[in-house]
Amino acid sequence: MFSLNQWASGYGQSQILHDLDLTVAKREIVAVMGRNGMGKTTLFKSLMGILPQWHGQVTVDGVDVSALHTHQRVAKGLAYVPQGRMIFSHMSVLENIQTGLPASARGHVPEDLYALFPVLYDMRGRKGGNLSGGQQQQLAIARALATQPKVLLLDEPTEGIQPSIIKDIARTLKDIRTLRDLTIVVSEQVLSFTLDIADRFLVIEKGRFVVEDTRANVDEASIARYLSV
Amino acid sequence: MAWLTEFGAIAAMQAFNGLSVFCVLLLMALGLAIIFGQMGVINMAHGEFLTVGAYTTYVLSGLTLHYAPSLQPYYFFLAIVVAFVIAGALGWLVEWAMISRLYHRPLDTLLATWGLSLVMQQALRSIFGAREVSAELPEWLMGSFSLTDAIDIPRNGLFTVAVTLLLTGGLFLLLFRSRWGLHVRATMQNRVMSRAVGIDTRRVDRMTFALGCGVAGVAGAVFTTIGSTGPTAGSLYIVDTFLTVVFGGAASLLGTIASAFAIAQTQSISEFFMSGSMAKVLTLSAVILILLLRPQGLFASKVRK
Repeated sequence: MFSLNQWASGYGQSQILHDLDLTVAKREIVAVMGRNGMGKTTLFKSLMGILPQWHGQVTVDGVDVSALHTHQRVAKGLAYVPQGRMIFSHMSVLENIQTGLPASARGHVPEDLYALFPVLYDMRGRKGGNLSGGQQQQLAIARALATQPKVLLLDEPTEGIQPSIIKDIARTLKDIRTLRDLTIVVSEQVLSFTLDIADRFLVIEKGRFVVEDTRANVDEASIARYLSV
Repeated sequence: MAWLTEFGAIAAMQAFNGLSVFCVLLLMALGLAIIFGQMGVINMAHGEFLTVGAYTTYVLSGLTLHYAPSLQPYYFFLAIVVAFVIAGALGWLVEWAMISRLYHRPLDTLLATWGLSLVMQQALRSIFGAREVSAELPEWLMGSFSLTDAIDIPRNGLFTVAVTLLLTGGLFLLLFRSRWGLHVRATMQNRVMSRAVGIDTRRVDRMTFALGCGVAGVAGAVFTTIGSTGPTAGSLYIVDTFLTVVFGGAASLLGTIASAFAIAQTQSISEFFMSGSMAKVLTLSAVILILLLRPQGLFASKVRK
């Protein structure tokens, strides 16, 4: 469903990501774990075309999207929930969701989206900037889902969010995976969250995948060692 | 008592005169505010799009007079539409040929658009000559209504106000009720994120620039009813227009309206009591003083950080 082939990117002269290879199956949730500065956000930004890739291909459902502009990648089925949420804070919750909707939806938010995030329905008239951190995170996910994606990329979704909401988000992610046949790639530093949702674990260290484990034989201690400072 | 009513009448007429200035200023500033707010482009050539709209009206008035004199009373409505289309198309072309290549260099954009304004001025001077021209106004736009014996309200002023109200209302509908407007506002706030939710920000930019220039074109058509058109007609307004945008708060259209009103009225009413340049000094000092107290402009929308 989603694959990376020899993917490389960086800033200016300095290469951050070194020839990454990854294949994610349909309905699989893959966690990319790593400390700050190891290339998680760079990976996601380059996948979305916000940062230019140096070489390599990324394919969504068999289609190579690496030469496309960001908005065209979205149309091909990539959706992105950035670190820090980046909702449109001066626009209402409803308008935030509408920015992701395709033209054919004519501005109508699908029922199932509100069913996943009831709090967004209650708050739909409020400005996005006046929501709490957890609510903003849900809004960012809802906005990404509005684009009808095949692959959802989440960059550190638990950052700065209280533990009870983190549990909610974990449950919602597992729900949407089954409801929408979604493939999810999520980057994290919090192991408990990913142990809850992920089928496969990758550890990224200095721009390379150094550990890969399936859920069945994941070694919690060894991954935790990569995450501790 | 007699002097008091007389004074009141003069104040009322002067205020209405200010309303006409307000309309031209507002139409200019709305276009500029959208372009500046969304793309961060300081368009020094915005005034020339007003001039283009004004000359379009002049040419159309000449054409109707020559080929279809019977349609003369109605040509002005067509002129407004054509001015919008021509100025808009020109804006589209300018964005495609020049602005889109300079998005990462804001200071260069400033210089480039200033250069463009000089080129456009000279082009208009070469085509139409340096002498000021006037469009032949239809009969119904001339003269005035007498409210009382002392107060005369000019018809062209009323027409200007009506066009401005309609256009401003239309712009607001477009911005706050349409899909395009949603995309414009999203792009204004976060360009990168807008792309990442699937918005083609380049297309939005081009449309926005064209629309802003089109509205300036309509301002030009309207301008012909209150002044005569020369190659530099628009550039006389550009400073006041920028002042309006900054004073109103760059991201707020309501602020733009309020600030256009305040600046036009202060200017127009004080012009009656002192010389034109002193009135300008008064207006500018007031604006500077208020900007010192509220650097973000008159209106700024509040959310928690």
